[in-house]
Amino acid sequence: MSSEIILEVTNLAVEFATYGGSVQAVRDVSFNLHKGTTLAIVGESGCGKSVTVQTLLGLIPMPPGRITAGSARLRGAELLGLSADRLNHYRGKRIGMIFQDAMSAMNPTMTIGDQIAETLIVHMGMSAAAARQEVITLLTQVQIPEPERRLRQYPFEFSGGMLQRAMIALSIACQPEVLIADEPTTALDVTIQAQILQLLESLQQSRGLSIILITHDLGVVARMAHEVAVMYAGQIVEQGSVDDIFYRSAHPYTVGLKAAMPGRSAHKSVLQEIPGSPPDLFAPPAGCGFNARCPHVMQLCTSQAPPLFGTSHQARCWLQHAAAPAQALYQQLIASVRS
Amino acid sequence: MLIEARKLRKYFNLGHGKQVHAVDDVSLGIGEHEVLGLVGESGSGKTTFGKTLIGLYDKSGGQVIFRDRELPRHYQTEDYKRQAGQIQMIFQDPYSSLNPRMTIQEIIAEGLLIRSGGNLSSVRDKVVYWLERVGLHSDHLSRYPHEFSGGQRQRVGIARALIVEPQLLICDEPISALDVSVQAQVVKLLAELKQSLGLAMLFIAHDLSMVRYVSDRMAVMYLGSLVEVGPADAVYFTPRHPYTRMLVSSNPQPDPLHERARTDVILSGEIPSPVNLQPGCRFAGRCPLVEPHCRQQTPVLRTVADNHQAACHLL
Repeated sequence: MSSEIILEVTNLAVEFATYGGSVQAVRDVSFNLHKGTTLAIVGESGCGKSVTVQTLLGLIPMPPGRITAGSARLRGAELLGLSADRLNHYRGKRIGMIFQDAMSAMNPTMTIGDQIAETLIVHMGMSAAAARQEVITLLTQVQIPEPERRLRQYPFEFSGGMLQRAMIALSIACQPEVLIADEPTTALDVTIQAQILQLLESLQQSRGLSIILITHDLGVVARMAHEVAVMYAGQIVEQGSVDDIFYRSAHPYTVGLKAAMPGRSAHKSVLQEIPGSPPDLFAPPAGCGFNARCPHVMQLCTSQAPPLFGTSHQARCWLQHAAAPAQALYQQLIASVRS
Repeated sequence: MLIEARKLRKYFNLGHGKQVHAVDDVSLGIGEHEVLGLVGESGSGKTTFGKTLIGLYDKSGGQVIFRDRELPRHYQTEDYKRQAGQIQMIFQDPYSSLNPRMTIQEIIAEGLLIRSGGNLSSVRDKVVYWLERVGLHSDHLSRYPHEFSGGQRQRVGIARALIVEPQLLICDEPISALDVSVQAQVVKLLAELKQSLGLAMLFIAHDLSMVRYVSDRMAVMYLGSLVEVGPADAVYFTPRHPYTRMLVSSNPQPDPLHERARTDVILSGEIPSPVNLQPGCRFAGRCPLVEPHCRQQTPVLRTVADNHQAACHLL
């Protein structure tokens, strides 16, 4: 893997002011995105994964949102706190984004061709004619049949899968270095999902794209990711290589997520649910955010928040502390879950 | 068989001589205490099949037999009332399927009160019993749906369906709107209720690994027709129809080594329009193994193994 860091996020914290008080949606999130690789951010709804990436692009309305700490650097250049004008130099141009619901992310009153051409004209200074040619090339690259005819159509004339392809064409039009894909296949059927994932993978290879993939589907993570960050209650609770996360899971939440999915083994292993639901971020619990649902909770977990332990493979869990009494037992448990 | 569809058909008229062939001559039964999983892409007709089966849509053709009695082709209000005690349904969207202006207590008790009369206080014990049975608490009784999470609302939906003690439960994508960790909670609850109550279920979903997990048998629909049906493990591990094979292999597994070793061909194209379908195999346009006669003759289900049938000319 190339070690060149394209995007470096450190200690990011975002909160929202609401009538009920301030919600700490993202708390102390740090990660690096390496060139030509895919970082998957995994977590349940409300864990802060979308807020994290939308903050990078200035897509969070402020107020009510507020960045309380942290930085995000694209090749060393700070993204946070830029004016809208400066930010437009990055978003759409050097960082592309794909949204979950293509139908509401595209403009329903513009043809597909015009929407993609618009970004080329604005960011790349192309003429209308050159932009049109480029749109045809892009639609061909994302394997939309009959591009000359399709570019004159409106979003409602596209199927879900085709519209997602069109949005991918739009997001890569200005040859960004970074592509952020927020649940790009969640609304699609598995057969169409497989097509879109393959398309993203081949675009990554041909263009050297670095991808941040947000998803809640561990199958998609296993299929696409090189690096994985697992988020829970606004924090990264575990991060590492995809093999670290799947085969050497260190955080009880990651272990729980895996056990909650039926596997492919011939015998039906018992499905293990994670009891309860994620904590209220209006008042994050004292100590570890997962303590109320954790099967291995210790007294310490309810009073003191664990730091991230480890170097390349990190977990935010007291069980990783050298002095954790349950550590030996826990390792046994992981081994038994894995076998 | 507890309930059996015989050549069940549901067409929707679009006018101008156009018809959507949503469900086309599907014959499928569910035994007593059996869970039948029904999978397929969106637009394959699986929800329409479920709704037509229990009379929420009028049938365009065919019959439904429930406990040796034919169900009416067109339902009157009395038919629904009579049937509601035997067949219940839980829905995909736990947000829109609960009336936001009713309390949890009123929602769960409503079916029971319509059937047996009486008032809320007379059935309170029963409501509390079912609320606790699905993992909620009696102090939730006077709350409103908006105060609950998606998983909790789905539990309310399950309690509402089961309080009238039906024999058959239609579950239409009951977990697809829920988070992974909560999906497992709801699936385990349904499995436990099936065990203890001897419920039969039609479990409609698009997540094959989850369907395999809960089902005894699994049926696969494509473009309104049934392409394969058999024991859940057989359909999942040794699928026979080319469509089922591609559906199973498109599902990414939470196992990076397995995914890296992946060599499967990806199913190209999309599910075509179900308007005014012509004879021939529905899957012919996307099938990698298609032969000329597939486009002319409609394949019928034939037995390929024990209790395992598939509709393909090439088998």
